[in-house]
Amino acid sequence: MTTHYLVLSALLFAIGGIGVLVRRNAIVVFMCVELMLNACNLAFVAFARQHGNLQGQIIAFFVMVVAAAEVVVGLAIIVTIFRTRRSASVDDANLLKY
Amino acid sequence: MGETITFWVLAVVSVAAAFGLVFSRKAVYSALMLGVVMLSLAVLYAVQDAPFLAVVQIIVYTGAVMMLFLFVLMLVGVDSSDSLVETIKGQRFWAFVAGLGFAVLLAVGIGNAVVGDATGLAAANAEGGNVQGLAKLIFTRYVFAFEVTSALLITAALGAMVLAHRERSEPKATQKDLARARFLGDHPTPLPGPGTYARHNAIDMPALLPDGSVSELSVNRVIARHDVETGRLPENARLAAAIRQVAAHGPRTEQPKVVQAVAEPAEVPVAAEDDPPTAARPAGTPVEEEGK
Amino acid sequence: MEPAEIVQHSGGVIGASWLMIALPLLGAAILLLTGRRSDRAGHLLGVAMSLASFVVAVLVFFELIGLGADSRRRVVELYDFLPSGSLDVKMGLLLDPLSISFALLITGVGSLIHIYSIGYMAHDPNRRRFFAYLNLFVAAMLLLVLADNYLGLYIGWEGVGLASYLLIGFWQHKPSAAVAAKKAFIVNRVGDMGLALGIFVIFTTFGTISYAGTLPLAGNASTGTLTLISLALLLGACGKSAQVPLQSWLLDAMEGPTPVSALIHAATMVTAGVYLVVRSGAFFEGAPTAQLVVTIVGVVTLLAGAIIGTAKDDIKKALAGSTMSQIGYMMLAAGLGPAGYAVAIAHLIAHGFFKASMFLGAGSVMHAMNDEVNMRRYGGLASVMKITWITFGLGYLAIIGFPLLSGYWTKDGIIEAAMEHNQILGWLAVLGAGITGFYMSRLFFMTFHGRRRWEEGVHPHESPAVMTWPLIILSIGSVFGGAFLILGNRMFEFLAPAVGRPEEAPTVHAISTIGLVTLAVVAVGAVYAWLRYGRAAVPEVAPRGSFLTTFARRDLYGDALNEALFMRPGQWLTRIAVFFDNRGIDGLVNGLAAAIGGTSGRLRRVQTGFVRSYALSIFFGAALLVGAWFVVGNL
Repeated sequence: MTTHYLVLSALLFAIGGIGVLVRRNAIVVFMCVELMLNACNLAFVAFARQHGNLQGQIIAFFVMVVAAAEVVVGLAIIVTIFRTRRSASVDDANLLKY
Repeated sequence: MGETITFWVLAVVSVAAAFGLVFSRKAVYSALMLGVVMLSLAVLYAVQDAPFLAVVQIIVYTGAVMMLFLFVLMLVGVDSSDSLVETIKGQRFWAFVAGLGFAVLLAVGIGNAVVGDATGLAAANAEGGNVQGLAKLIFTRYVFAFEVTSALLITAALGAMVLAHRERSEPKATQKDLARARFLGDHPTPLPGPGTYARHNAIDMPALLPDGSVSELSVNRVIARHDVETGRLPENARLAAAIRQVAAHGPRTEQPKVVQAVAEPAEVPVAAEDDPPTAARPAGTPVEEEGK
Repeated sequence: MEPAEIVQHSGGVIGASWLMIALPLLGAAILLLTGRRSDRAGHLLGVAMSLASFVVAVLVFFELIGLGADSRRRVVELYDFLPSGSLDVKMGLLLDPLSISFALLITGVGSLIHIYSIGYMAHDPNRRRFFAYLNLFVAAMLLLVLADNYLGLYIGWEGVGLASYLLIGFWQHKPSAAVAAKKAFIVNRVGDMGLALGIFVIFTTFGTISYAGTLPLAGNASTGTLTLISLALLLGACGKSAQVPLQSWLLDAMEGPTPVSALIHAATMVTAGVYLVVRSGAFFEGAPTAQLVVTIVGVVTLLAGAIIGTAKDDIKKALAGSTMSQIGYMMLAAGLGPAGYAVAIAHLIAHGFFKASMFLGAGSVMHAMNDEVNMRRYGGLASVMKITWITFGLGYLAIIGFPLLSGYWTKDGIIEAAMEHNQILGWLAVLGAGITGFYMSRLFFMTFHGRRRWEEGVHPHESPAVMTWPLIILSIGSVFGGAFLILGNRMFEFLAPAVGRPEEAPTVHAISTIGLVTLAVVAVGAVYAWLRYGRAAVPEVAPRGSFLTTFARRDLYGDALNEALFMRPGQWLTRIAVFFDNRGIDGLVNGLAAAIGGTSGRLRRVQTGFVRSYALSIFFGAALLVGAWFVVGNL
């Protein structure tokens, strides 16, 4: 059964990755990143049960905490960028180039 | 057996929702899709003997994080739904190749990593339950990491405040300042409301100015874009052109001059001659072609 | 007999012999450093330093004479010069009959030329600088002959080269003088390279470069090594002594003031090569091939110099040709081994006197004739300049080997030694003596006899006493010097502790068959010259002459040969190198830079600024890593 969870996790992770690559709206990109983090958590929880060990759940817990912090800062950055550039598109923030 | 059914149902739902997250055009839909995925995962956690995480998932993610996302969406503007036309050459193709390859590799890799049946968490959760087991680990073995997390959270909160804070560089505008700015600007008068001088006052119809020309300023951009996307444009060419213009680039600030307007006065009214005036429709309702 | 052992010495006048070098060096330093402030008395200081050096040399000479014949080789240690690893050079002075002979000649003749220069350079605004260079030259030359190791000799050797460069180019406002100075310097560098290589080989062979540590052990080295050392040293000697093939600089060096020509290019510096060969005799004796080369070089040079001398109308160039020729005689004798060393040095000293006398006499004539050097514009000066005529005449008779004068004894000694060694060499030397008789007579008759062919407005007069007295003293030396040195084998016995002696001492004949034959050949040359240039009228413009005349006038095409063999190929080599450097090396470097720049310019475009592109590459990288991990994990 664990394998099922792991494959689901891999699938969600890949979909999240594609979303990061394809979407231009910074907020949606952020959501995709969250999706990838959640996929990881699913794998951790599945492994925890597989090995009969709570440490996987602990790690998943910490991931959640870090993700929360990351969301706070990331969204603040998006708001700041939007305020100055009137755009939430990641393609518009392309000044750092050749 | 029960777990298998739950898994398959939620797996299908979560994958579908994930695809929805990636491919829905509107950011709000994406956020809702993400919420669906997170809720599904919460249930899957619960199924896998992780009730604490399931609850935290719902409270933290679906409750806090998702709300934050929606708040920011509202702040940034719902009108920021982006078109799905790719601008970087080859980006989409290679993104799918990479994503697919990654999924296959990962599935094959960690799919083969598991050998044998799951041990189960019955033993680990035996002593007082899941929450107590986790608490024991967090406050003994991982206490240091836990303390560091607190520092991280405080730092993040401070960082968010610093980033989002805007210093006021000039005194707050008084009503007098606002009035002065308005009279010095292009439009001393209020912007024309939609439907003014038109045969009907539907909210997506551009107003007509006294000279008969079309006022692009009167059209809401979101509504104009919606009209363009759904193909609900008025038959009248000038009105349709105005809506398209607003949807694509926003209103042109400069209005046609009065002299010009007098030269060709009454085209639109003539075109709309036969129309029986229709009652006002609710905002956002589809506008059938004018003059039907 | 082997040369005497070299003994440490301290105290006495010999212990203070370093003053010989230090005094002129101090004089040069003072004159150069004080600048114009010492203009008024500078020449007197220069003369005083040179004379003081001469006095020290005389005192050292007498103290050396006072020692036993077998203990006349003394080393005075001065200081540790190069204490570096296996190359440990202790600077010291070697006082032995050979070096003190040179020291006396250098300081003695040098002092006379210093005195003469007071008068000759009286009207030159840079007289002080001239004396500074003269003092520098004397110091360097003394270091060359007195040093007890090859490095000290090399330093003196280079110092002499520097002084020579400075003095030849003393009138540097004349382009010809500047070019001549450069030419002398460059040709000397070729020789110096040979000397340096020789010293390197000596060091690798013997592990030291002091005379005491190498010369007595020469027999331990293989013949091949000795030949290599000897030929390298010979190259150095050829450069300094203007021997074929490095002879071309000497004739041009006459661009310097006449006292310079007398001091450097007749009496002292050009003899350094002979000194080197004689000093390193132990190496040459172990290498018969090298000795043969030395004698051949000597004979070729003595003939070449004599032939050049016959065709020159410039009095100084004719004398320069004769210098080449006479040093060729010395080289020839030095190549004969211990049998020839004494007579070579004797001829060297005698030549120092009579050639200095003649050069200074020529300077006196030029002084009188408004610096005219063309002998076709002289003639009939005998009655106007009596003292110059007599002293020059004595020098002239000495050089052609007039009986009982210096050249008669010394040159005949060389010819006899050569004849004993090898008939061909001997007869060629006799031929050279005949040509000498011709061209010296030509020079003498064209200058002092015949019709007066002076330019208008020239009023010759005798030179002042400060110039004539040195002439008189030198002519005394040129009359009696040879007899004093040769009769009773004086020079031979004196030098024996320094250079060794053959089994049997050479017998000295006042009259010998070879001597008579030589005399006859010389007489033929002199009489022919009298007929051509004394009795017959000398045209004021040089006739075109035959091919042979042109050949001699163009210095036997030595310069043309050098240009064709070395200069043009060198220029082409430089051009090719420059081309290769510009196109090849610079092209490679610049091309590489351009390629990197161009590639970077294109690669820069990868940095689109789109964060999604970067994310894509990160994602690909992660996929690649996962794939690689599986592959490695499954292996």
